[in-house]
Amino acid sequence: MNMKENANNSEKEVEVGSATVKRGLAQMLKGGVIMDVVTPAHALIAEEAGAVAVMALERVPADIRVSGGVARMSDPSMIREIIQAVSIPVMAKCRIGHFVEAQILEALGVDFVDESEVLTPADLKHHVNKHEFKVPFVCGCRNLGEALRRIGEGAAMIRTKGEAGTGDVVEAVKHARTVLGEIRRLQLMPYDELMSYAKEIGAPYGVVKETKELGRLPVVNFAAGGIATPADAALMMQLGVDGVFVGSGIFKSAEPAPRAKAIVEATTHYNNPEILAKVSENLGEPMVGINVSSLPESEQLATRGW
Amino acid sequence: MEKPLKIGVLALQGAFIEHLKIFSHLGVSAVEIRLPKQLDGLDGLVIPGGESTTIGKLAVMYNFMEPLIEFAAVNPVWGTCAGMIFMAKKVDLAQPLLGLMNITVRRNAFGRQVDSFQVNLNVSVLNDGETKPFPAVFIRAPEIVEVEKDAVVIAELSDGTVVAAQEGKWLVTAFHPELTDDYRFHCYFLSLPGGA
Repeated sequence: MNMKENANNSEKEVEVGSATVKRGLAQMLKGGVIMDVVTPAHALIAEEAGAVAVMALERVPADIRVSGGVARMSDPSMIREIIQAVSIPVMAKCRIGHFVEAQILEALGVDFVDESEVLTPADLKHHVNKHEFKVPFVCGCRNLGEALRRIGEGAAMIRTKGEAGTGDVVEAVKHARTVLGEIRRLQLMPYDELMSYAKEIGAPYGVVKETKELGRLPVVNFAAGGIATPADAALMMQLGVDGVFVGSGIFKSAEPAPRAKAIVEATTHYNNPEILAKVSENLGEPMVGINVSSLPESEQLATRGW
Repeated sequence: MEKPLKIGVLALQGAFIEHLKIFSHLGVSAVEIRLPKQLDGLDGLVIPGGESTTIGKLAVMYNFMEPLIEFAAVNPVWGTCAGMIFMAKKVDLAQPLLGLMNITVRRNAFGRQVDSFQVNLNVSVLNDGETKPFPAVFIRAPEIVEVEKDAVVIAELSDGTVVAAQEGKWLVTAFHPELTDDYRFHCYFLSLPGGA
């Protein structure tokens, strides 16, 4: 339905693609789990488990690591099939700076575009100008400066990067602690020092000031990259993020369906150790994983992004 | 009667903090509800926006359905977006429903996220003399396709699409007053008569 055509005097202006509407979808995802899926069958398992959204991609990050080569936007036909399969929002990834992949994803009707370091970057200097789009974007960050640059470019949601495809939560913890800790310090900072600080972290002054006043990022902030168990999800929630992305952790484990459901429950009841104990029982083998400390820097995806 | 109001916001998933903040601005005590026993002693409940399938599944898993229906029999309940879907008698897709309100709802009625919109809406119950429109934010929103029995329409779009309804002490909105700084809907909810 085209609301614009239906608008009359009593509703002077129907506005689509506003920051309120784009950030608003991220607000509706809070307290939830967004799961990577590679087939419509996976998407249905995710929806049945209670995922708030799925990320449609051809290979989960663990497989992207193994196969190497250039990782690009997924085939539109598989994204369409996943959109057809579920009623929950569908996200898809474009390469950093690849605004044409983003245009294609918008045209396909995806609900969120992830401008992602998991894919091979298309631009080594610039990210997509996300204000130009009606579809909202989520972007990764490792620290407050990076988060606020992305918000300055129009990101409607942020995720701390962690290290995708490893099943090792250590980087997710590091990045969440870094961002949240920097916000806590910013809150105590006198206004006289704000401009210098903005310069130091390379972030737009207005967004730095807004973050200080809100005491949090101006957009929703999920954790990603290495979450593989219900306890990992609850850990990130207790650290103070708004929700979690689980990539390889579900469909690279022995029994994806019960693990997916357990991670959903753990994200809701993150502060209730009795429930966490119960949902962590008998989930089978988690994904094998890679210790991030054994990864050479050239293989660390989180370093991508400028 | 003099006891201060205490409102619960169902916090299984979604935009519950936004509702809590507005109640706090209004000086009303409001708490997050994650388990059925936490409904005890509340004077009203808000079921927030979020993903209705996720909220419904978690509500079933944690044995919320019966306690919520019993709670709603005597107390005001307001569902925004996903909460509206959850409170409906009928929905176009198969999912857990409380089946409180005599309405039929169609999910994602306006299209995908790129079609989400905001618009100024005339809401009859909010207008006391003056007509200040309400800033309504629709996000992958549902619509009400049928209103039956005691349920009444309280807001519609210019093309007649029904987007808010009330049935006694139950209120539903397809849009998100919690995403705006207009608190009139929250005040209206607090004014609904509750209690036995």
